[in-house]
This record gives sequence, structure tokens and C-alpha cells, in this order.
Amino acid sequence: MRDWALRVENLSKWYGSVVACEDVSLEVGPGEALGIIGESGSGKSTVLRCVAGDVVASSGSVQVRDGAGAVCDLLELTPSQRRHLRVSALSILYQDPSEGLDLNITAGGNIAERLTAAGCRNFAALRSRARELLGRMDVDLGRMDDPVYSFSGGMRQRVQLAKAVANNPSVLLLDEPTTGLDASVAAGVLDLIRGVLEESRVTALVVSHDVSVVSILARRVIVMHQGRVVETGLTDQLLEDPQHPYSQQLVAASRG
Amino acid sequence: MSVEELAEAGATEQFAFLDESSKREIRRALLTAVAVPGYQVPFASREMPVARGWGSGGLQITLAIIGAKDVLKVIDQGDDGGVNAVNLRRLIVSTTGVSWTTDVRDATIVQTRHRVPEEPMRADQILVLQVPVPEPLRGVERDMRELARMHAEADYSRMWVSLYEDLVRNGVITQTTGYPVLVNGRYVLATTPVPRWDVPHFDGSEVLFLFGAGREKRVYAIPPHTRAEPLTFEDVEFQVERTEGAACALCGAPEAYLIEVPGRQAWVCSDTDWCERNRAAPRAARSEAELTETARSQNRA
Repeated sequence: MRDWALRVENLSKWYGSVVACEDVSLEVGPGEALGIIGESGSGKSTVLRCVAGDVVASSGSVQVRDGAGAVCDLLELTPSQRRHLRVSALSILYQDPSEGLDLNITAGGNIAERLTAAGCRNFAALRSRARELLGRMDVDLGRMDDPVYSFSGGMRQRVQLAKAVANNPSVLLLDEPTTGLDASVAAGVLDLIRGVLEESRVTALVVSHDVSVVSILARRVIVMHQGRVVETGLTDQLLEDPQHPYSQQLVAASRG
Repeated sequence: MSVEELAEAGATEQFAFLDESSKREIRRALLTAVAVPGYQVPFASREMPVARGWGSGGLQITLAIIGAKDVLKVIDQGDDGGVNAVNLRRLIVSTTGVSWTTDVRDATIVQTRHRVPEEPMRADQILVLQVPVPEPLRGVERDMRELARMHAEADYSRMWVSLYEDLVRNGVITQTTGYPVLVNGRYVLATTPVPRWDVPHFDGSEVLFLFGAGREKRVYAIPPHTRAEPLTFEDVEFQVERTEGAACALCGAPEAYLIEVPGRQAWVCSDTDWCERNRAAPRAARSEAELTETARSQNRA
């Protein structure tokens, strides 16, 4: 296969006898976006959270390769190393903004947290970078100094996205990025994410139950069902001609 | 035997009130604190005859390190005559028989609440601070395990965010007492409860600073010649409190930490010992010899 920037091999996660995901392998090329679709409970979010380190995998490996070719096995990092990585190299956008943001501090403050964690100690630089990011995400700059709890769902998601890309991560994980938003707001956020993915050439993993979200963001997709990968392919092809019975069901359902 | 007699017998039997193993335990914690500057060392805070929160931590440190030849000074809000200072001094002096002074230059151990003496202290002295809240991150995190993790990984980004938010909301950093300092480039420490005015004293000082929090059962230290930089953004200067044109109504000193006299447009020095000495020998009229002596002692440093 081609070069990869993120590689997951034989990843499994059990909760006692309950299998959340089993034997999942995937590769994402540099600057590529890979989608994972499946119904809720199919294990797609577990895969993402194992990659992010929020959930400790039972077995398997998750490797990230940077531009210089150095490979780092995420599952072997200490919690402190993983946190360090999460500050700059690897970012995750959660479905629920309260997981990725501190709602009690301002939009600018949330971004400042990520920037100061990476060592920025210049107030003017923090302000201008926060302003730049929020502007890019179409957040009203007049509200930059308002606490995030006063924001609407779509605004929160925009702030979360601004925070997630603040330190130009090389890998961006998106967990149901628009689920729970109004259709029109979701379309706006989706547009924004697509713009970010195209501009920054970040390697992305997009998890969604929504076939349309994945088809907009990712050219390649894997389908998960009951904790296993049942089909892999180009998004267009898979949507046109799904092979696995479950994929067929999923695609048929999305056409309504 | 009456209760009074029993109390008296108990009080006179033990030098410095605490039993020897308790004092040793505190000294061991202090050695760790000095070895790892800024790290909060847990210790078995004893029940003291003062309520926790009234200086029991500083008191236990002083009692653990004091010897018969030490000369003691105790201050509260810069004042040797404060009720709390007098009570603590009385307890320490009556259980040790040490002599005491109000002149910081004569003291070997100074126990304090709220202030660092204006007079630069020397290498042969120790300053013991009574600490109400030892945890600098308490304002941003309440979970003890998370706090321990943040210190362990030197993950202070949320502290920086609180400074950022303060600047955004108020245009200036408003934190007055307990300003956070980064000690030896590693641990963030609360300089509680001294005002910002005193914070520069902690950096590269001659004197050993010992902090004791009795209620929270923690001791920590800033050893001599150790960096203690106040947390501040590169482009936002750390500032101490200052009122334009204010000077002490008693001694005329402008370059001291001043407190406002209630009801009048007047200020006085918070450090009473410093103020008295200024009045006895106004700084402008100080003899050449004394100034040379000060310069020489600074050169020795």
C-alpha cells in the first residue's frame, strides 16, 4: 500500500465478555480523510476513542507517522506522553462540545488553553491567533470573550473546531461532528470542516452514522458492523454498489 | 492535681511544645521541600493549641526547627503587635525560652502571615510563612487526583488560561495575594498570602523560605538562590501594587508596602518594624557608614 500517516492494526476492545470492536485494521494516507460508518453500537466510536487514547485498547496497535517518517505507537505511550501528543499532533472533535471545551471559560480562553499548553506565553499572540481561528470558523468575533455556555450548539461546535486545529495537528479525529445539530447548522459546520480538511492537508478519521456526512468529507470509507469491519472502499463506489448485506441495508436506509 | 497544674506540667516538659518524633517528621518533610523547590510535601499536621487556619502550619515549622539560641520574631500583616502574632510568639517563647525581638535584623527565625519584611533578609535567617491555601491550582481544579497529575506533568495551561481570562475581563491581572510563581522552572507555587509587592522578594533570595499549611497538611519551600518567577505573559509586565503619590504618613517612605488608614486620605507602612526604624533614622539622613555597610553586605551576597 501507499504511504500511511495513521495505521491501526488488529485493534480490539472488550468490556468483559462484550466485544466493542474486534480486529479492526485500517490505514490513512497523509492528508487523506477516511470515513467510518456504521449504526450506533457498531464500534466505530470505540475505534476512534482508542486512537485518541480516551479508551485503552485491549489489543492491537495504533501508529502515527510524522512528516519526517518517525513512527510512534500511540498505545505504548504513557498517559503524559499521550497528553503531550494531544496538545499538538493529534486532535479530536467530539460530538458533544462540552467534552472538548470548558463551557465556563470564554471562546478565546478555550483556544488559549491549547496554545499555552503548547508553550505560547505571549498575550497579544494568543489574542490574535484566537481571533484568526474564530474568524475562520465564522464565529462572531464580538462574542470571543463570552463564556461558551452562552453559545448555541452550532457555535460551540465551531469553537471546538477552532480549538482542535489551533496547533495545526497532523491528525484530526472527528467523532460524529454534526450529529445533534439542526440540518442547516449542520450543513454550515460540515462545510467548514471540509474547508479545514482541504486547506490544512490534515490526516483525518471521520466517524459518523450518517452516510451523507462521510460522503462529503471522505473519499474512502470503511463500514463497521457489530464491532468488525465488513467492507472497505471508495465512498462513491460503496454508495453506488455496496457488497456486504449490511452495507446495502445502510445505503438503502440513507436513501430513505 | 488540678487541671491547671496538669496543663502547666505538660507545657514545661517538652521543649518547643511538640514531641521529638513529631518535630523530626516535620523536619524530614521540610528537607524534602527544600530538595524539591516548590513541591508541596504532605506532613502529619498535629493538633495545635491554635485553630487550624490561624497559623498552625507555620507554627509547627517554627517549633520543629527552633533551637534554644534562636531569636524569634513573629509578625501578622507586617505588625509585631497583631493579636495572632502576639499569641503565637507567646506560645513559642513560653515553650522554648528563646529570646524574641521586633527588629528583623536581630532575628534568626521570622514567622509571618501576609508579609515578607521590607528589610532584605540574610543567609543566616529563615522566614516561615503561615499558609491558608497552599494549592495554586485550586481556583481552576478541585479534583485532588487531577491536581496531582497537573503538578506531576507540569501541566499549567489552565493556570495560564485563568490569567488570560483575568486580563480579558479586567484589562489587568487582578490577583492580589497568593500570586503564582514558577519555582526553579518546574513547580507553580502559591505565594499565599503575601501581596504582589512581596513577590519579587522570593526570587534569588538570600534567605530560606518555608511555607506551612496546617489545615491542608502541606509544607513547601523556596531555598536561597532559587528562581521564583511570577507567572506573566511575555508582553504583560508583572506589576506590584502602587498608588501614585502615596507615602507613609508616619515615616514618609514611598517605597514600601502601604496600607490605607480607614476614613482618612492617608497611608502607613504595613511593616511596623521597618516604619519605626525609618522614623528613628530617616532614610534620607542615614549615615554614610550605614549605607556602606548595606552595600558591603549586598556585595558579600
